[in-house]
Amino acid sequence: MLIFVGKRIGFMILTMVVVSILLFLLLELTPGNVATKVLGPYSSEEQRNLWLEAHGYFEPFYIRYFDWLGNFASGNFGDSVRFKVPVSEVLWPRLANTAILGIATFAVMIPLSLILGVLAGMREGSKTDRSISIVSIVTTSIPEFASAVFITAILVFWLKLLPGTSTMTYGFDIVQLILPAMVLIIYDFGYVTRMTRASMAEVMTTQYIRTAVLKGLPYRRVVMRHALRNALIAPFTVIMLQINWLLSGVIVVEFFFAYKGFGALLLEASLNKDIYLIEACAMVAVLVAVATQTIADIGYTYLNPRIRFS
Amino acid sequence: MTDRGIIPASGYGAALLRALKSFGLLRESRVGMIGAGLVLFWIIVAIFAPLIAPYHPTEQIEYDLLPGTTGPNGNFFLLGTDQRGLDILSRIIWGSRTVLIWAPLATLTAYVVGIVMGLAAGYLRGWVDDVLSRISDIILSFPVLVLYILIITTFGASKINIVIAITFASSPGIMRIVRGLVLDLRNRDYVAAAQTRGESAWHIMLVEILPNARGPLIVDACLRLGYVIITIGVLGFLGLGIPPPDPDWGGMINQSRQVAMEFPHMTLFPCIAISSLILGFNLLADGLREISLRD
Repeated sequence: MLIFVGKRIGFMILTMVVVSILLFLLLELTPGNVATKVLGPYSSEEQRNLWLEAHGYFEPFYIRYFDWLGNFASGNFGDSVRFKVPVSEVLWPRLANTAILGIATFAVMIPLSLILGVLAGMREGSKTDRSISIVSIVTTSIPEFASAVFITAILVFWLKLLPGTSTMTYGFDIVQLILPAMVLIIYDFGYVTRMTRASMAEVMTTQYIRTAVLKGLPYRRVVMRHALRNALIAPFTVIMLQINWLLSGVIVVEFFFAYKGFGALLLEASLNKDIYLIEACAMVAVLVAVATQTIADIGYTYLNPRIRFS
Repeated sequence: MTDRGIIPASGYGAALLRALKSFGLLRESRVGMIGAGLVLFWIIVAIFAPLIAPYHPTEQIEYDLLPGTTGPNGNFFLLGTDQRGLDILSRIIWGSRTVLIWAPLATLTAYVVGIVMGLAAGYLRGWVDDVLSRISDIILSFPVLVLYILIITTFGASKINIVIAITFASSPGIMRIVRGLVLDLRNRDYVAAAQTRGESAWHIMLVEILPNARGPLIVDACLRLGYVIITIGVLGFLGLGIPPPDPDWGGMINQSRQVAMEFPHMTLFPCIAISSLILGFNLLADGLREISLRD
């Protein structure tokens, strides 16, 4: 177990190093753009060069990289050129906002998709199963920006029930969280439902469920006591991986509703070539990806004693 | 994995016949037929775009007209015009061409790269497998959309760069699937027979193993095509997609977003178009999977 976690941490550090070098190289290809973004399109060549020199952009690539790496490892993420403040000052509040959105999304999506998935998988091929499957295919087929357009058209323009943006200008407002969370739920619940359905349907064909049914147990009891326990192992992994998906899934939603979260920050950082901000965001992304994967794997073996660490 | 997908292949001719036969079986799946119908509809629209489209997609005619209105010059606009004076119907019709050329192309290049990597990793094993698996682990542990955005913002928004970005980000996933299939197939008798005949490694991979792995790959390709269309749409929506002169559904939504409060129809119709095409591919994939599981 400890070895397993150790290996994963090793992999995470390796991934972080590789990703951070690649990002540095990627941004190295177009260095002049940073100065143009900061000083504006009407700045002179000389002004741009002065700015670049003052901010150390003419140092060789590897020196700048190791400078950054040393600072990053000691907790100093550098300054954001876009926001003109230390990276950590923008990063953490944005991450917290996205976490709030994520929690709101998951709080509705997980129960919804597990219930629908179990209902569909319980009797494979039944009318309930068919309709749930069709609905989940349809909703996953609508891209987030499209469902955002549809929902705002109905709920904001037509019925005038909800605000169309989620800027939270006057403090936190839960009403503004409904639309972004709704779009994320609509796009993502179908996938989790289908995975749960597949897992449930598979369990329902096993011998021990047949035995339970044949020995005359009430169907409800067979499902609740016998089937569910095994059927919910696979969806657990799927749900953990959705946390990772959410990090890029929120980009579109946050951009659409002007919600000040991690996704919008990442988009803004990339558009402005804000190297230190991009690096910090990328490291958070890698951390979340590896951490959720590791928790998923450990949880899976914990829930399913038939599998042991290899 | 089903047994149906694994038959001793006598080459690509037989495999192609089999593939055509399983498309014929699609008639038995209603969901699959609806999907095929939607996809076919958009393919026909794309092919005959110059004939169907009432106006040129970049011709400025009348500004901000609502759907179903007739302009001052007696021109009729079924879906209205946008704030730049372009006919929305014509742009949607021409936009189907853009998406149906570039999405399959990007998926195809991703598949070529992914299949070669997956075959090499699964069949050759050893250090090749280690290196390729490690690389794909690293790429896959990074949020895909972020990868696309970074590649596009660095190299600029162009069609070729979109294809490169999609290939780079999706081939590791394809590689994993192919590798898994190859690990299952490499111990078959017909592979052993080919090895005894003294066939080269690449001959065995491409002629013996790959045709037998096609079943799950076809289903995955349909699903992935849907994702690629979403990706191209998202990039367009974020303003990083196919650059302006070409009509692009995602781009249409991006350009009309500011006036969506007054004229929701400008964003609504492209959204319906892109959703219906993706739905088509997803239903098609579901139908194909259903058939391949049947026997």
